[in-house]
Amino acid sequence: MANRFISEMGLPKSIANVFAARNVKTAKDALSLTEFELMELLDVGLAEVTSAVAYISEMVCPPFETALSLLEQRVQNEHLAGHLPTRLKGLDKALCGGIPFGVVTELVGPAGIGKTQFCLKLALLASLPTSYGGLDGQVIYIDVESKFSSRRMIEIGSKSFPEVFYREGMAKEMAGRILVLQPSSLPEFTDSLQQIKVLLLQNKLKLLIIDSMAALVSGEFEQTNNPRQHPLAWHISFIKSLAELSRIPIIVTNQVRSQTHGDSLFSFQHTVGANSQMQSRPDNPSRFDSHLIAALGIHWAHAVSIRLILEVRSGQRYLKIAKSPISPPLQFCFEITASGISLLSDDGVEVSGPQINAIHSHGHSAIIHCSDTC
Amino acid sequence: MEVMRMAISGTQRGKLISAGYTSLSSLSSVSPSLLAKDLNISEVEALEILKAASHSSRLDTSGGDHAILTGAQNAWEMLHEDSCVRITTSSADVDDILGGGISCKEVTEIGGIPGIGKTQFGIQLAINVQIPAHFGGLGGKAIYVDTEGSFMVERTLQIAEGCIEDMEKDKHFRQRDIRAVKEKLLPKDFLANIFHFRICSYTELIAMINHLDKWVSEHRDVKLVVIDSVTFYFRQDFEDMALRTRILGEMALKLMKLAKKFNLAVVLLNQAATKCAEGLYQLTLALGDSWSHASTNRIILFWKGEERCAYIDKSASLPSASAPYSITSEGIRNSITNCKRIRMM
Repeated sequence: MANRFISEMGLPKSIANVFAARNVKTAKDALSLTEFELMELLDVGLAEVTSAVAYISEMVCPPFETALSLLEQRVQNEHLAGHLPTRLKGLDKALCGGIPFGVVTELVGPAGIGKTQFCLKLALLASLPTSYGGLDGQVIYIDVESKFSSRRMIEIGSKSFPEVFYREGMAKEMAGRILVLQPSSLPEFTDSLQQIKVLLLQNKLKLLIIDSMAALVSGEFEQTNNPRQHPLAWHISFIKSLAELSRIPIIVTNQVRSQTHGDSLFSFQHTVGANSQMQSRPDNPSRFDSHLIAALGIHWAHAVSIRLILEVRSGQRYLKIAKSPISPPLQFCFEITASGISLLSDDGVEVSGPQINAIHSHGHSAIIHCSDTC
Repeated sequence: MEVMRMAISGTQRGKLISAGYTSLSSLSSVSPSLLAKDLNISEVEALEILKAASHSSRLDTSGGDHAILTGAQNAWEMLHEDSCVRITTSSADVDDILGGGISCKEVTEIGGIPGIGKTQFGIQLAINVQIPAHFGGLGGKAIYVDTEGSFMVERTLQIAEGCIEDMEKDKHFRQRDIRAVKEKLLPKDFLANIFHFRICSYTELIAMINHLDKWVSEHRDVKLVVIDSVTFYFRQDFEDMALRTRILGEMALKLMKLAKKFNLAVVLLNQAATKCAEGLYQLTLALGDSWSHASTNRIILFWKGEERCAYIDKSASLPSASAPYSITSEGIRNSITNCKRIRMM
């Protein structure tokens, strides 16, 4: 609505023509100027400018809805009240039914923890027929790191949903619904996103997975050294608006990087808490392996609505709900089996404090050695 | 050239200057008909110019009796108005440092890192502003301006239920009120009083804020405006930093005016950003230094050890202090360090 033409808004002809003559064409042009600047530019009086700006504002301002009507719409119009169940009972319960539609959900974790496994499973779930609890739709899987494996996906499918996958032709149909894109550069990725927008208008697409977002910039991050402009700034807002407009769930994975010291404190914390910080640091056993943080930085982290952290502590894999507007901070133990990711227990343990945001990869090698010997 | 500052159009200004009217005093003793003749314009237009001139000259006369200055009040008069109503945050500790809650008539900015609970504060306040007067609330309505799409109705429902539960408990302590409160409070009524505006670009945000003045005057019972978040569109796709600063400044002024005029609270949620100061990376709130002057109060949410904390970074009337809080399934509450619930479900 920001780019609506002023000439089409129904302003009085005389003033609308003045706007047109001075090349102030859209609402965006007009509202970016102050009233005084408009008076200069349009050469009309204050009263006219004020009333014109008020009128344009009213036209551009989107309509409101009460929270109640939003809730009712959601319950009525959307299958499963707007959630994609992950089939991990504990997680679904905590998230009120699964991965919500219309927002961006992020999976963060060290390499090899199972992010891709989780994505493969979700892709399958979305493509399943509604009678089996799926969304019965197409899935787009943007595979930046070339890690997608159809064989593994069908293995997960046939182990988790044997009743579907052993039926004649079903495996082919399910896998046929999952479109895999492998962009090799950021511009290519940008193109695909724009194409996806067109596809979304046809309403067939039910899930978008981007695995992984961080890989797109890790190579180019160094060159674009403009601190004001995040290299993915455009993509962040575009992906968010995609989710919102089409009301589909979007899953994005993110890598980890090591932390630069001190950038997780506010300036006043340095002065106030410096002493206590110093004292608590040395005897903190997690100091050595808690230096991992999610890549893409704080700007990106603000944009995701749900952040799930996958991590390893002393050889045990954990799934943590680190950011969610609905769920308390919970953690679950999980393992990776032939049928994909599965929770060891459906009871989540509540984590207090900022531990929920820490990412560990301590004892990761233990798992690898273990599976080698077995 | 005092005429340069007058609120008139360029043509009129040009005519004034070419006819020799450059100062306000030269306009003060001229009649509309004379001016019309001098400038070769209609008398109506001349009258408009003289009105604008007397308006500017009134602004110019500083000092003197304050009654002449329209809109001025002395500090003593303001003292009585200052005892304004506040919206509770549902955490007694945070309310304490805020002097009772988020105050009406002021712009309060709440910022912090992702996942610390900014949106939770926004939703909680949108519910709490509706607490009826006989429970010590305002009984108002709320506008929720959502730029990020982070408003969750499911969560709003949970918080509304939690708030009603608290009021039910409260009712037992106030036996005398129990007869007055016959009607049962329903979470749905709370949801029906939150007006949700989904904003998709910064132009829409400006338009929305321009339009709020009219909208609120039609809905006088609105007592809270939450903007979640003010940052989002200004952090991306914005090349022209000077334009950004100006738009933000103007927006802040309009919001302050709105808060004063309709006696409502404005809460802006802001994101955290990293800033490089003296070679050291630090967290700070986004949008830069000039924006930090825009809000009357600034609250920063952060992790202090194991607890979530709210810290008053800036306030004209409150001492800087910090208080712990926690986020439970019912909403924002006091921190519960000594009775930690280990298992949730």
